Amino acid sequence: MATLIKGRRIATESAPSPEQGEVLRLEPTDDPAAVADRLCRAARVEVNFPKFGDGRGYSIARLLRERYGYKGELRAVGQVGRDHLYYLESCGFDAFLLRDGEDAEEALAAFNDFSESYQASVKQPIPLFRRRAK
Amino acid sequence: MYLYDEIDSRIVDERVKQFRDQTRRFLAGKLSEDDFRALRLRNGLYIQRYAPMLRIAIPYGLLSTRQLRKLADISRKYDRAYGHFSTRQNLQLNWPRLEQVPDILAELASVQMHAIQTSGNCIRNITTDHFAGVASDEIVDSFVWCEIIRQWSTFNPEFSYLPRKFKIAVNGSIGDRAAVAVHDIGLHALKDREGEIGFKVLVGGGLGRTPMLGHVMREFLPWQHLLTYLDAILRVYNRYGRRDNLNKARIKILVKERGPDKFREEIEAEWVHLKDGPETLIPEEIERVEKRFTRPQYEKLASDAVLPPLPGFDAWVKRNVHPHKVPGYAAVTLSLKKTGVPPGDVTADQMDAIAGLADRYSFGELRVSHEQNLILADVRARDLAALWREARALGLATPNVGLLTNIICCPGGDFCALANAKSIPVAQAIQERFDDLDYLHEIGELDLNISGCMNACGHHHVGHVGILGVDKNGEEWYQVEIGGNQAPGALGKVIGPSFARADVPDVIERLIETYLERRDSEAERFVDVVQRIGIEPFKERVYGNAHQRASDRDRERALA
Repeated sequence: MATLIKGRRIATESAPSPEQGEVLRLEPTDDPAAVADRLCRAARVEVNFPKFGDGRGYSIARLLRERYGYKGELRAVGQVGRDHLYYLESCGFDAFLLRDGEDAEEALAAFNDFSESYQASVKQPIPLFRRRAK
Repeated sequence: MYLYDEIDSRIVDERVKQFRDQTRRFLAGKLSEDDFRALRLRNGLYIQRYAPMLRIAIPYGLLSTRQLRKLADISRKYDRAYGHFSTRQNLQLNWPRLEQVPDILAELASVQMHAIQTSGNCIRNITTDHFAGVASDEIVDSFVWCEIIRQWSTFNPEFSYLPRKFKIAVNGSIGDRAAVAVHDIGLHALKDREGEIGFKVLVGGGLGRTPMLGHVMREFLPWQHLLTYLDAILRVYNRYGRRDNLNKARIKILVKERGPDKFREEIEAEWVHLKDGPETLIPEEIERVEKRFTRPQYEKLASDAVLPPLPGFDAWVKRNVHPHKVPGYAAVTLSLKKTGVPPGDVTADQMDAIAGLADRYSFGELRVSHEQNLILADVRARDLAALWREARALGLATPNVGLLTNIICCPGGDFCALANAKSIPVAQAIQERFDDLDYLHEIGELDLNISGCMNACGHHHVGHVGILGVDKNGEEWYQVEIGGNQAPGALGKVIGPSFARADVPDVIERLIETYLERRDSEAERFVDVVQRIGIEPFKERVYGNAHQRASDRDRERALA
């Protein structure tokens, strides 16, 4: 069974009610610009990762958060495994639908794989070199 | 050496822990073979023909003697007491055990080393000129910029699952010794009229199956914008690079399909949003990184040390000793191209001995060149004769740098699972054929590069003579091309049908004879002659004379 992780916890979910807005789903080939004006009314946005090694969704997530100002739930779905979680969170995802067969309890530890990153990201908008300079 | 601070060390330690857990999960059956492959590759671990292969990163080719001694130790403890320096300035161990790799990584971390992103579809080791920081034609010390890019690329969350591998080279001198034109991104440092540093940015070069030279995207990118501009290039590539066909997934194909002008527009359109953002570099960071590099404490020396007239020493000085920006110092190449030894291979005992030489003669540091040799960059000219004697006793003083026997060669079919053909025995046969040093020096500068398959790890496209192993119905054959050049970048042309392995030394000999007959002076190198007269005369010599071929053609026409 695929497990949902939200807010770094194992979560259960009920379907969003219509007044919460629609669920937008982006494939790797989709351009986030095309849905930019619908983001403020969305219940959540899902980005699909069709393969373990397909990294397009990372760029899509950063664009949604940083360029189009999306603040709501951003969920990674598809071939999402423990070893992706740290990067996904850095790029702005806050919900993760783990693929079948992943050990969800074990996966939670992945958010702490690294205590520091060099780059600017959605999670840490100030790159390490600017924080080192302070 | 760039010395890690606490954060740099912590990140590498955390990587060891992460990889240990990935290995544990794989061995416990919790990670599939395919998923583990994607994870282990980005940590340099291949499963090869006979055993795993671990590729250890040597960022921009710079090593301390403490690190080299650790590599010697590791190769004794976990492998077969030798290592192979690769064309990307890394070190490969050919026989580690998969379950011991986490322990090897922990040992590496203890000397500020790792295997991060030495393979896989991510940003690889940043490479540069092996004379960085000492070259007499230096514009900037490229090590500083390489380290800044290394940090930006390490575990970059957005660019960790790219369509394909991604190689960046930085050149900091007037002469290009980093081959920037044949990298996914090539950065050539420049200074403008006010003395401000910037980079000429080339994108879309590469060797492999479809060799191409990079296109200039920016003539002068001011240094502050380096990382945001790289972000823009990588983002366009990550989103639009082809993922449907592994052989068309490199950025060069995207640049070609879009056309360089259209591609430049796309980068610029993306960059507009990133420019002047948080990744814009600041002088404090450049200064911080500069200060974390150890610097040799040079003595004030007279510039003209008298070199003693010793038999054999002259030739070594001529070939293996290079100018230095500080008077009284020289850079020295320790050749790993002795006939009979696979190019780039060193034993653990040699590593220890080389560490001893570097400690005594070169401030405890050394560099790995993409030509698979080792460089002692800061040797006092007056110590050259003593160093030469010691290096010669260790078999590391073959005076062949820049000459035909300084062969760049991938591990080939002896080790590599991708290879179509063996490459090491071909290199050895050629080295044996051209064993006469006087003849070798008479031939002069000649880069001979061998790859065992079209992935081109041996950089055959940019050799003055390039040899490529090909598979024909399960048999090993060798295609020969001539006229390639590393810098300024030029790609070689295939001279004709491929040869059996035993014939390769003869073919090379005929190419050399043709060159010697046709050169207008000793100053005109092999590659210059090929560029001047074309490949036809070489072809004729190798495959038979033109008259014969013309009459063959007439006969064919008559029969048609």
